[in-house]
Amino acid sequence: GRRFLISEIHFILLFSRQGKLRLQKWYTTLPDKEKKKIVREIVQIILARHQKTSSFVDWKDLKLVYKRYASLYFCCAIEDQDNELLTLEVVHRYVELLDRYFGNVCELDIIFNFEKAYFILDEFIIGGEVQDTSKRSAVKAIEDSDMLQETVEEYMNKPAF
Amino acid sequence: MPAVSKGDGMRGLAVFISDIRNCKSKEAEIKRINKELANIRSKFKGDKALDGYSKKKYVCKLLFIFLLGHDIDFGHMEAVNLLSSNRYTEKQIGYLFISVLVNSNSELIRLINNAIKNDLASRNPTFMGLALHCIANVGSREMAEAFAGEIPKILVAGDTMDSVKQSAALCLLRLYRTSPDLVPMGDWTSRVVHLLNDQHLGVVTAATSLITTLAQKNPEEFKTSVSLAVSRLSRIVTSASTDLQDYTYYFVPAPWLSVKLLRLLQCYPPPEDPAVRGRLTECLETILNKAQEPPKSKKVQHSNAKNAVLFEAISLIIHHDSEPNLLVRACNQLGQFLQHRETNLRYLALESMCTLASSEFSHEAVKTHIETVINALKTERDVSVRQRAVDLLYAMCDRSNAQQIVAEMLNYLETADYSIREEIVLKVAILAEKYAVDYTWYVDTILNLIRIAGDYVSEEVWYRVIQIVINRDDVQGYAAKTVFEALQAPACHENLVKVGGYILGEFGNLIAGDPRSSPLIQFNLLHSKFHLCSVPTRALLLSTYIKFVNLFPEIKTTIQDVLRSDSQLKNADVELQQRAVEYLRLSTIASTDILATVLEEMPPFPERESSILAKLKKKKGPGTVTDLEEIKKERSSDMNGSAEPASVNASAVSTPSPSADLLGLGAAPLTNSAPPPSSSGSLLVDVFSDSASAVAPLAPGSDDNFASPDLASSEVVSEEPADTVHDADELFHKFVCKNNGVLFENQLLQIGLKSEFRQNLGRMFIFYGNKTSTQFLNFTPTVICSDDLQPSLNLQTKPVDPTVDGGAQVQQVVNIECVSDFMEAPILNIQFSPKQEVQNIFKAKHPMDAEITKAKIIGFGSALLEEVDPNPANFVGAGIIHTKTTQIGCLLRLEPNLQAQMYRLTLRTSKEAVSQRLCELLSEQF
Repeated sequence: GRRFLISEIHFILLFSRQGKLRLQKWYTTLPDKEKKKIVREIVQIILARHQKTSSFVDWKDLKLVYKRYASLYFCCAIEDQDNELLTLEVVHRYVELLDRYFGNVCELDIIFNFEKAYFILDEFIIGGEVQDTSKRSAVKAIEDSDMLQETVEEYMNKPAF
Repeated sequence: MPAVSKGDGMRGLAVFISDIRNCKSKEAEIKRINKELANIRSKFKGDKALDGYSKKKYVCKLLFIFLLGHDIDFGHMEAVNLLSSNRYTEKQIGYLFISVLVNSNSELIRLINNAIKNDLASRNPTFMGLALHCIANVGSREMAEAFAGEIPKILVAGDTMDSVKQSAALCLLRLYRTSPDLVPMGDWTSRVVHLLNDQHLGVVTAATSLITTLAQKNPEEFKTSVSLAVSRLSRIVTSASTDLQDYTYYFVPAPWLSVKLLRLLQCYPPPEDPAVRGRLTECLETILNKAQEPPKSKKVQHSNAKNAVLFEAISLIIHHDSEPNLLVRACNQLGQFLQHRETNLRYLALESMCTLASSEFSHEAVKTHIETVINALKTERDVSVRQRAVDLLYAMCDRSNAQQIVAEMLNYLETADYSIREEIVLKVAILAEKYAVDYTWYVDTILNLIRIAGDYVSEEVWYRVIQIVINRDDVQGYAAKTVFEALQAPACHENLVKVGGYILGEFGNLIAGDPRSSPLIQFNLLHSKFHLCSVPTRALLLSTYIKFVNLFPEIKTTIQDVLRSDSQLKNADVELQQRAVEYLRLSTIASTDILATVLEEMPPFPERESSILAKLKKKKGPGTVTDLEEIKKERSSDMNGSAEPASVNASAVSTPSPSADLLGLGAAPLTNSAPPPSSSGSLLVDVFSDSASAVAPLAPGSDDNFASPDLASSEVVSEEPADTVHDADELFHKFVCKNNGVLFENQLLQIGLKSEFRQNLGRMFIFYGNKTSTQFLNFTPTVICSDDLQPSLNLQTKPVDPTVDGGAQVQQVVNIECVSDFMEAPILNIQFSPKQEVQNIFKAKHPMDAEITKAKIIGFGSALLEEVDPNPANFVGAGIIHTKTTQIGCLLRLEPNLQAQMYRLTLRTSKEAVSQRLCELLSEQF
């Protein structure tokens, strides 16, 4: 029979080499408890993999596509029939977008500006589907919102609690 | 501290995150978080109204705490307040919180929906974008109810900004996935298709995703998208790498859009229009050609994007399965990748070749790579890649290479990763059975499986080997000898003890002539394993012992001594104790004749799809284990649409043709058609059912009742292939040297023979087994002697009850007198009508309200049976129609399909005309 195509990213996880979760984005509805279980399981699976293995792991009915950038792992869960190589480039494009926004993005940027990392991801992917692959359009919306660039002084005058 | 926060930075948040990071222990972290939670609670509850900035900051802190893995049960209201802020950054945080911490409080949802409605109506593209993202992120039914009607309008409106169109398309896609029933098709669908022509590639990309998903369920409605997609694709693949500017990714023109278009085309068969088809073929050839060109960049991004398009093109070529030239080119391309230095490409090539292997055009081309694949199995360092190699070997296996592939898989199994052992075991078992020319090879393979990976050999596998041995008398002696030898190993797997116990219990007599495997030695060997085994295995062994009492009367007393021992008769396990008591008693009081009857050899198992294959399908999901032969089989059985009241002429009966014998067992002898009373029988009965239910009925199939899921068994009738013509000579050969066996079998009916002869007189019992779950009506078997035959053979047949219940068996006795020698055989003619159930599928004429439906069924006069149907949404009713002359039992089942707004109504009564009429009457009522 003909296969039923669902090209959809089910979820995206960002975690450190120490296994600390830095960002999670779910495109399927699951109870929180289940999500925590899945995160634990997947972090364990990926961290246990050796270097020079493929970037793909079968996991349940899905496939995990992952890549490490410096200290951070980016991992997407996709449908079994979905395009693995292109998913790797989804990850890469996201890293480029972060890089463009933060300028040489590092793990700390994502920790301290997790909400921005979410916004950038949302501009790029909606409901698990790539919305716009052009680098320009994706970051534009976020940069627009940052137009009111504040000075260090203004920032330091804000309450620290 | 971060160097500088961009935009409207939240200093308090940054300080809090720093504090958390500086915590030395988990306890300190929890303490700091609790302090913060208390602080935020008091701020939210305080008398002083918070300004937007503070609200945003605290909501953001809650979000951070949640992401650390703590539960958050407040703050939703403050987040909702932020939604109505006019400041983008505050609104944004509000939406983020709502999306991450979805709440099902209905009052809250009302407020959220209200805010979204306002933003959608604001005509401010950034606000509209935020609202659409939120709908897509949450994707709940409530949101679908509220916005599924509105979003298509935004999507196709002429004045909608491109960025909003993209968000609207993907938002609608998400809603369609979660609640397809709530997204109405309409005028907008044709306008969405035309978005494929849009100037803005971002809009085309988003629209293609939407159309692909919609087209999967409504192919007719979106048919026009095929030619548009082909021309769009053609423009992309022929464009220069700089033409598409921002949409060129590392010198590859619009890889995302290309892949999505190729995906969309996989929802349809090859285009009918020769011009479109030609253009598509050109595109695919161009993509294949480009793979041979030198790379435009050394970056992995370039090759990934390029190959992503290539693999998707190959998927489309495989999906169309119609251009031998493209298929072979695809196979050659993948063959190159099999030896590529990039692990990812090797992985994907193996995966993609699996599907190529199932095309008749490329199967042979795939097979030429067998050595490379076997080598991958041996040398790849990545378990994911090895797994793909196993899959491919399985897919490319056929009669010509089965022995080699099975041997390599067994070899690999010795060291295989634990995670994939069970699957390899299943695959080996299936291949060994499917391609067994010589069943001794099959038996050896399965025993090897148990030896190498006993723990991973599931019940299905060892049940199956027993079924096959029982159904094939040519392998029984070999099997007995082989298990006997395997059991000699000092430490053998318990599964081997099970198989060994079962087989020796049935066929131990076949090797008992050899003094090295005399009855006593066989018994002692099995009993030496007894105490190491689990309860179910011990139970099985006890059944073997009682079978030995019948097979080998000379060791009866030894066995009785064992059964009589305290460890058996007083066993704490009830099952074991009961077996010991009953078997001991049976062996003591029953005469040899009774023992021989009760403990007779097991009858052959009915031919059904291998339960192992079913298990593998379940494990891997449907579609992944179909292979060439299955596809061929599907095609051939599709051709035979109908079979009117089935009529079988025994002079021309058949066994299934070899090509249809996918995993069937071939013809099999029958020794005893009644289910054996010995409880050992029940251990195998459940083999064919999906669930591993512990309590199995003694007769397979006898539990079919009205509530069983396969109610629609009348469908079985129409699937029955009509090509059951076969050489009658084969039947003769079957019964030359024995008196009992299966004469004929198809999906509906099994006919068994049992006969005894004394001098010139004979008596033959013909057993007719109804294999369906419905009654046969007007069942009339007649034995006809031709005019030439009549003077030589005198036959008397007794009439048979014209109704045969589903799953039941009737017997017919034929008394035979041989007057003089004869050549020709009598003819057995059987006619019956299996149809007695009536079914109708119809559109709901009234709202599908369960309570009203129940009231109607009760009002109709039948009793409503709750909790009878495994699907709680279905309605089941029963009643009796009383007439002066007869009573007619009626059963009905009504299956609603809310999504399609349809019902399926099934009526089964003891009279067909009544079923028909009731079905007509009731079909109008719902």
